[in-house]
Amino acid sequence: MTGQESAAGGSEHAAASVVFRDVTKRYRGAEADAVEHLSLDVPAGEICVLVGPSGCGKTTAMRMVNRTVEITSGDIEVGGTSVTERSPAQLRREIGYVIQQIGLFPHRTIAQNIATVPALIGWDRERTRARVRELLELISLPADVADRYPAQLSGGQQQRVGVARALAADPPVMLMDEPFGAIDPINRERLQNEFLRLQAEIRKTILFVTHDIDEAIKMGDRIAVLREGGRLAQFATPAELLMDPADDFVEDFVGADRALKRLALMRVSDIDLWEAPLAFAGQDTAEVRAKLAGAEVPWALLVDSDRRPIGWLSDRDLAAATVPHRPDSSPDPVLDRDDVLRDALSDLLQSQTHYAPVVDASGAAVGVLSLDVISDFLASDQAKVEEHPATARPHD
Amino acid sequence: MLATLTTLLAQVQIREAGSGATTCQGKNEAFCPSYVIDNIDDYVSPVLEHLVLVLASVLAGFLVAMVLAVLSHGRRWLIPVFIGTTGVLYTIPSIALFLLLLPITGRGTETAIIALSLYNLQIIYRNANSGLANIPRSALDSGTGMGMTKRQLLWKVELPLALPEIIAGVRIATVSTVAIATLAIFAGAGGLGEILYNEGVQRGVFKTNIVFGSLLAVSLAIAFDGLLILVQRFAAPWRRARAL
Ligand SMILES: Nc1ncnc2c1ncn2[C@@H]1O[C@H](COP(=O)(O)OP(=O)(O)OP(=O)(O)O)[C@@H](O)[C@H]1O
Ligand SMILES: [Mg+2]
Repeated sequence: MTGQESAAGGSEHAAASVVFRDVTKRYRGAEADAVEHLSLDVPAGEICVLVGPSGCGKTTAMRMVNRTVEITSGDIEVGGTSVTERSPAQLRREIGYVIQQIGLFPHRTIAQNIATVPALIGWDRERTRARVRELLELISLPADVADRYPAQLSGGQQQRVGVARALAADPPVMLMDEPFGAIDPINRERLQNEFLRLQAEIRKTILFVTHDIDEAIKMGDRIAVLREGGRLAQFATPAELLMDPADDFVEDFVGADRALKRLALMRVSDIDLWEAPLAFAGQDTAEVRAKLAGAEVPWALLVDSDRRPIGWLSDRDLAAATVPHRPDSSPDPVLDRDDVLRDALSDLLQSQTHYAPVVDASGAAVGVLSLDVISDFLASDQAKVEEHPATARPHD
Repeated sequence: MLATLTTLLAQVQIREAGSGATTCQGKNEAFCPSYVIDNIDDYVSPVLEHLVLVLASVLAGFLVAMVLAVLSHGRRWLIPVFIGTTGVLYTIPSIALFLLLLPITGRGTETAIIALSLYNLQIIYRNANSGLANIPRSALDSGTGMGMTKRQLLWKVELPLALPEIIAGVRIATVSTVAIATLAIFAGAGGLGEILYNEGVQRGVFKTNIVFGSLLAVSLAIAFDGLLILVQRFAAPWRRARAL
């Protein structure tokens, strides 16, 4: 090909917005639209997840962005210009694409696979080599896989290579069609977390297709729920989707456990904790009892001089004149402010306690979490206004 | 047709079998190593001629087959047309084909090469065609999706992936051409047929030449096959990698 640099070279690192304007697709000979009047606005740097039942048109909607499927009517703009204004080949080299079945070239080494688009747009050898090395590091694969063939890698490793290949020429937009679909649940979770960390760094605009609502909630800044025939049922943030499903279809699709799913989107620090009645060793117990009288938590929490929890004080502990150094019960579980709320709830339930001290990064107690706090929170309006930018989204 | 055949056979020089009845070849035993060793020089040029026949016809058949395969790759309706045409050519008995070509191209190596190429065509085309049809859908989709043009897809993805099957076709074609080319003598093109017919059959079924000529043909076939297995490995390193 010509040695010219593509537009992607010029717009490196800058993500571009993707806008669907009333897009319809009807395949030749089909009786109904595969995608019907779809309008979406995906801001630059965000992950938009397309989710819906099998055959609802997710792949079709995504493939119209890089024109591997031609639009029947309407328009799609990438970075402010219509996709129809560029030649398909040119457009595709500027958009990273991870297809549903990974699709690594079996006859090319990992390095050659990753270098596919750089080779098409005429990068020189040195630049390509450096980029391959950089990407292998980014996806945490050892440098020596570069000369292996795809068949010599595990499914999870191939998946990572697929992502690296899509990222190779640093495209402003990425299309990912069920990129973690064929992976076992444990590795899938790992890949998802890895990818979220990666995205926090690279901040691409990503269209992400899945049929798994949990994955959608985890990965998406915004979620487009599609129903049969590619009709948009709801376009909202994960929290909004879980709080306010637009209709029965979305409610059904999101699942009966949507309250629990909402907890997965939040951290302990996102909700108003109860104040812990703190007690210090050697303190007058009368003082502590007085404090307990008006408190939400019926037990006093013994802390050290740095306010680190030592244990809960029992009635017997408080029967003495001064607070003892060693209380009857341990403070476990001690929760971190940054813990995901769902995990915190699980800890509470598992240890069969009603209350758990919450500590900050230094280990100092900042409050108490209880089952009541969580259920009050879910019932309140506060949950509705919580917004989570991509970087702050909880993941392990 | 039969008349042509008779005149053709008449042109073949008839020689007397060995002189003394006491020698090995005189008794026409199954195989006389001493005769072969004494006359080794006589075998060199038939072998070389045979090599030329095989190499030239496989190369020509390969080139034409590949052009046809690439042509029909994007135009599926051409596939049955090409398979039909090359298939009909393949079913013509080889001697008949040599004789059919005689009035057009005359006697000689060229005629033999053309006829042999037509046989290779069918084998290599079929393999190339199925190789190109068996490329994994996912490789094509990702190639297209990353911005490869049709031509880039062909050269960078489809042909390399079809290569093992194409070479397998070349192997079959080569080995069978080594055998069929012994009939090139009827087109006046020499080759191992010279040893088998002129020096073997015509000399009152001289067994030594028939045995040794066959031995040479089999050795050639095995050598070509081995060589092409090496080519196949070299051309498709990813296949070996799979076994790791
Ligand atoms: N190339 C095609 N030609 C004709 N119809 C098609 C084509 N591709 C998809 N369709 C049809 O369009 C509809 C949407 O298909 P699409 O592949 O976009 O669904 P999907 O949501 O990605 O499904 P899945 O979750 O199973 O991948 C389906 O009814 C499908 O049969
Ligand atoms: Mg799909």
